[in-house]
Amino acid sequence: MKLLKIVPDDTNIKFLKLRIPFFVLSIVLIFGSWAAVLVNGLNFGVDFAGGQEVRMTFTEREQAPVASLRELVGRLGYGEPVVQEFGGPQSVSIRVPLPEGAEDTPGAATAIGEKVIAAIAKQYPDVRTDGNDTVSGKVAGEFRDQAILALLAAMAAVSIYIWVRFEWQFGVGAMFALVHDVSVTIGLFAITQMEFSLQIVAAILAIIGYSLNDTIVVYDRIRENLKKFRKMPMSELLDLSVNETLSRTVMTSLTLFVALIPLLVFGPPSLFGMVAAITVGLFIGTYSSIYMAGPLLIWMGVTSNSFVPTESAIERQEKVARGEA
Amino acid sequence: MLEFPFWKKLWLWGLTLAASVLALPSLFNVSGLDWPSSLPNPQVNLGLDLAGGSHLLLEAKADDIRAQRLENMEETVRQLMRNAKPRIRIGDVSTGEGRLSFMLDSPADIDRARGLLEPVMQGANLTREWDLAVVDGQRIVLTPTEAGINAALDDAMDSATEVVRRRIDELGTREPTIIRQGDTRIVVQVPGLEDPEALKNLLGQTAQLEFKLVDLNALPENVQAGIAPPGSQIFPYAPGTPMAGRFEAVRRLGGIRGENLTGAQAGVDPNTNQNVVNITFDAQGGAKFAKLTRENVGKPFAIILDGQVLSAPTINEPILGGSAQISGSFTPESANNLAIALRSGALPVPLQVIEERTVGPDLGADSIRKGLLAMAIGSLAVIALMIATYGRFGIYATVALVFNVAMLLGLMALGNFTLTLPGIAGFVITIGAAVDANVLINERIREERKRGRKVVAAVETGYKEAGRAIYDANFTNFIAGVALFAFGSGPVKGFAVVLVVGLFTSVFTGVTLTRMFVAGWLRKARPNDINI
Repeated sequence: MKLLKIVPDDTNIKFLKLRIPFFVLSIVLIFGSWAAVLVNGLNFGVDFAGGQEVRMTFTEREQAPVASLRELVGRLGYGEPVVQEFGGPQSVSIRVPLPEGAEDTPGAATAIGEKVIAAIAKQYPDVRTDGNDTVSGKVAGEFRDQAILALLAAMAAVSIYIWVRFEWQFGVGAMFALVHDVSVTIGLFAITQMEFSLQIVAAILAIIGYSLNDTIVVYDRIRENLKKFRKMPMSELLDLSVNETLSRTVMTSLTLFVALIPLLVFGPPSLFGMVAAITVGLFIGTYSSIYMAGPLLIWMGVTSNSFVPTESAIERQEKVARGEA
Repeated sequence: MLEFPFWKKLWLWGLTLAASVLALPSLFNVSGLDWPSSLPNPQVNLGLDLAGGSHLLLEAKADDIRAQRLENMEETVRQLMRNAKPRIRIGDVSTGEGRLSFMLDSPADIDRARGLLEPVMQGANLTREWDLAVVDGQRIVLTPTEAGINAALDDAMDSATEVVRRRIDELGTREPTIIRQGDTRIVVQVPGLEDPEALKNLLGQTAQLEFKLVDLNALPENVQAGIAPPGSQIFPYAPGTPMAGRFEAVRRLGGIRGENLTGAQAGVDPNTNQNVVNITFDAQGGAKFAKLTRENVGKPFAIILDGQVLSAPTINEPILGGSAQISGSFTPESANNLAIALRSGALPVPLQVIEERTVGPDLGADSIRKGLLAMAIGSLAVIALMIATYGRFGIYATVALVFNVAMLLGLMALGNFTLTLPGIAGFVITIGAAVDANVLINERIREERKRGRKVVAAVETGYKEAGRAIYDANFTNFIAGVALFAFGSGPVKGFAVVLVVGLFTSVFTGVTLTRMFVAGWLRKARPNDINI
């Protein structure tokens, strides 16, 4: 049987030749993402903004009355509601913001939920309430703090691990790659204005893990090749390492991708945002392993000597013994 | 590397099959089959987002506990001073700024007053609950200590949790989870709840019932303007009662609390045809109630529920039988709710819902169906890709993948973990990512073959060299998984659990199991070349 070869044998693509333009592009992407967050803001869901989200299905209609719902809920006087189709034409999600001064009375958000559901049920007897999330301002604030803390802690912890397992330059390289991946993913949510919720933060944390898979596989090969080819120039060595691991990189991304696509297409609508974030993050992570994590090693002066510490340590000790240091 | 003695094979197969078998009851359950009841039945819990139900996060108003402690202390102090022989006269009592301060009429009484107060400032376990200070030789200031407040809060939260449990049990729901969280919070999870509103109404009711004498000396215009005469408090009438919108002034002290109840039943008053709640006091409460009514015949007293006056009837005759009737313009439901709340005891502190998540049962079932479909398609795609790319080695990876999913599900059932909606995404990601180990190994074997190594040597090197990167990659994923677990609410934790348990099972199946398969084949077939 002839086996499938997605990446031909012995590729020799000069990835690193374009390292400066791509690195500039990455930096632009990072800052552009931050700018997008500052300008557009993130479309926070109730988890982070607080307030009320009701999901409803109109069982006896072809189409949920989105416009009239918007008007109906708006008339209740809790501010402008966000009414969207959700998962199918019969279903909607209705988001009502937290009322003014709700920080002091955490119970306020729950009370609104009851009124919104009651008002709609009165007008549309065929409505079925599928779900209802109410988050007070206080809890939303805690979720925001926790999210930021979890992202920073995860990025710091994995970078330290890489530093311990490899060298400090590799830790820094991995850290930059992660900052890139996290920034760009968040930036995409700022641009598309897709709802940013707890699930999305979970997705980003998962991306941190999987983006590093790629980085580690490339780094592991770089370390191996540094020991093997002591005289090879660094950029050539990086190209060699990336090419050698290319079929694995493509294959792994592909298996994850074919597993995720059905979930995106046929999966439950409540998972769409999360799965979309992971799918996009998969590609961003692969890109950054090659164009962020790699080139930074050159600029931070990694050479074959970075991995022969035993000799130099002994030399240093001898120097100390001779009183030269 | 490729040596697998018999005992090792036995051990590996035993572990794999044992963990996989644990998944069977859950699989039976999902596909609607009956698992024989005579066998052990470990199940993966379904999260509320899949099973349907309500999640409520309740928070106590800690300030109310502070205020209540001060009020109780004030009453204790007044009683102690009045009952002292000879009586100690005090005045200018105030509870501002979280402290209780009062003035002694005669500075000579200061040591006696101190002596009387000493025992009540000591809490259980010899913690000091109040600090006493004397100002200007004549004024005593009692300040609650932090330890005292915390102990009171802790007590209140423990009994509040108990009260919440009793109330939910009265609703007759199945398997509710009620857990104290942190200093002032209670998590309530009720699966498959039909009517979340009823639950919230029940828990939102503190059910602090008080009987207090109406202050007849208060000027009506002052009362309606909200100005309380000294020694009195102003309460609004409850919405829905005939007097709604108006206020009543009641004597602050000397009333009784509805704590000593043995029963509460909703009913209808045959004379007025109104919905009422009939309450029965225990012996102590009955005696107090009898005393209050005997001493105040002809005067009105207010029935106050959670800071709102329900009614203020005049006491026609002493009520000695230890039971009473509360009327307050109830509907049958609200009368029944109040009866439940009173039966299960008053909450020692008001609770408010600060987070609520409710999922209808239809949506949950729909999510499971769609999730399983996506998982099935995704798995087939991954399997097809692996076999097309790696041939025989792809088949080994596929077998490992099947065991991976079974073991993951089995271990989750064993650990009684909860599968949530994001957890389903975790399963799919695990399926896609688990084969990464095999991809790394197989690519390495390919490479080693191209470099001219013999089959056995290539396979050995492949497993050895790829192992390092597999280990590092999974460890960083583990770190991210721990951060995920520490972060966020139940559904996200469910995602973290699947990812982390999945890391262990996928390294085991992807590396150890496939190596055993490959080794077995190499020994038997002794191929000179492999198609990879």
